[in-house]
Amino acid sequence: MKFFTLPRLSDVFRFFGFGLMLLATVPAFAQFRIEVSGVGLTQVPVVIAPFKGQEALPQKISEIIKADLERSGQFRVIASPAGVFDESSRPELSSLRQSGADAFASGSATKLADGRFDVRFRLWDVVKGQDLGGRSFAVNASDLRLAAHRVADDIYEKLTGDKGVFSTRIAYVTKAGQRYQLWVADADGENAQSALASPEPIISPAWSPDGNQLAYVSFESRKPVVYVHNVGTGKRRLIANFKGSNSAPAWSPDGATLALTLSRDGGSQLFLLPTAGGEPRRLMQSSSIDTEPVFSPDGQHIYFVSDRGGSPQIYRVAANGQGAQRITFTGAYNISPAISQDGRWLAYISRVNGAFKLHLMNLAEGTVTAMTDTAADESPSFSPNGKMLVYATQQQGREALMTSTLDGKVKARLSGQQGDIREPHWGPFFK
Amino acid sequence: MKNLVLAGVLSIFLAACGTSVPLTDVPVADATAKEVGADAGAAGSGVQSGGVAPVDLGASPDQVFGSNESRVVYFDYDSFVIRPEFQSLIAEHARYLRAQPARRVALEGHTDERGGREYNLALGQKRAEAVRNALSILGVSSGQMEAVSFGKEKPAVAGTDETAFAKNRRVEIRYP
Repeated sequence: MKFFTLPRLSDVFRFFGFGLMLLATVPAFAQFRIEVSGVGLTQVPVVIAPFKGQEALPQKISEIIKADLERSGQFRVIASPAGVFDESSRPELSSLRQSGADAFASGSATKLADGRFDVRFRLWDVVKGQDLGGRSFAVNASDLRLAAHRVADDIYEKLTGDKGVFSTRIAYVTKAGQRYQLWVADADGENAQSALASPEPIISPAWSPDGNQLAYVSFESRKPVVYVHNVGTGKRRLIANFKGSNSAPAWSPDGATLALTLSRDGGSQLFLLPTAGGEPRRLMQSSSIDTEPVFSPDGQHIYFVSDRGGSPQIYRVAANGQGAQRITFTGAYNISPAISQDGRWLAYISRVNGAFKLHLMNLAEGTVTAMTDTAADESPSFSPNGKMLVYATQQQGREALMTSTLDGKVKARLSGQQGDIREPHWGPFFK
Repeated sequence: MKNLVLAGVLSIFLAACGTSVPLTDVPVADATAKEVGADAGAAGSGVQSGGVAPVDLGASPDQVFGSNESRVVYFDYDSFVIRPEFQSLIAEHARYLRAQPARRVALEGHTDERGGREYNLALGQKRAEAVRNALSILGVSSGQMEAVSFGKEKPAVAGTDETAFAKNRRVEIRYP
């Protein structure tokens, strides 16, 4: 077991400006069903003590942290020893070692005079007997969940060396009767807030790189058109309403360009459109279906789906439209590409014996792994640290959103919504 | 703009296979009273002297294509080919649109529920464009038509069997 002892983080509070953007909150407890399958899991055994003062709160800080850490697949939560702990407690390391714990976190939540809450924590390396540091967050009551996710992010980063994604957001779409809604939720599916409600379908939401805007396809004008929507202000901009269908928006990493599919000149073809407005520029000319573009994280390439070879397959082309080459070769139906932030992984949906299944390709080696036992997987999207995936599927005939680790061994169903739920897209880290 | 449809010629046209009728035979003229009078008095206009030339000022699309069957084209699985049984339906819409050049039409493609949403949107688009192209060959101006797709988002019927799927693989011809 390795620990990464990082320098204490003292000035990382800027993100709260964004966190406070959306305020309305329905108190709710995480209700995860985490499936663990397979052997050979390497998980850090960790104790998260109940936060002192959380009994009085609608949000049980330690429960949110535990669920976050377990969902990541990298931690195994061990029961906390009896007693009350906070961020200044020095845990009994010998008994923690005996219980098998490698790390211990404790903290508190205290109401401040101005009505906000001060959430503090400290993390210990139980094996080395070392204080790994802590932090404090002053938040409104509506942001207690966010504070818990921030604590989980810190613990995750200190123990794995990778940035945590628990305080990031996921957009998704629900359908209840004839009402479609676009939601922005915490990465655990909780605290969902409606960004758009419509009597007509909404598909393909895509976060802007700064995490402030969503591009999506709306059918509200009885045809597919693409909007860019500022989720903080609710301001919407109709960015692609050309003759025919407008769909499949994808942001360039610098946020300046949307790649999208237009049929204005006939056929479904890829175009690049400046997000500031302007004329779309055709990326390629083909007589086939070209759709579902997605930029590589360096912005140099665009992955997309084309049936130019007779069946839908995933291709990659330079961002200038040159040198398209096929990426998937197994199976006759491979769609919905997503690329991890490190550029190493391609997630996509492949039809296997009539079932649509999430697959993961190691792009350097070309090896492919089937990730699920479900049969109607859709719309994979990577967490911004590239360690998890979110995707839509069906369980017992109902639509569901799932997260999965990249080895497929730990999956969790995101909680929160009644009715059909689909089209997840995992947002970026807040800058 | 008002139009005159010569119903007698039209009925012959209806009986014929749509694609075999030369496009130059389109029986349409301006529906002004003056022209009707001129036509009635002119020899060799197709109306016998002493007869009565029926004048039809046209119908709303709902009257002409009231039933669902008259405005939906169904497709085979993974296919964009217009089946022969829908040729006459498309020919009727072509006649209507040629007669009413100010009228616009939306060709709305749909797929069954299998597969991805965006790829199905592209497949539905291909079906809508197949119908658009068929109408274009029959002389409908491209400015009148817009081919769009709903992919699998708006199934006509619920269900996960082939009967339902076959009802959902379609292009709806809609007059806004």
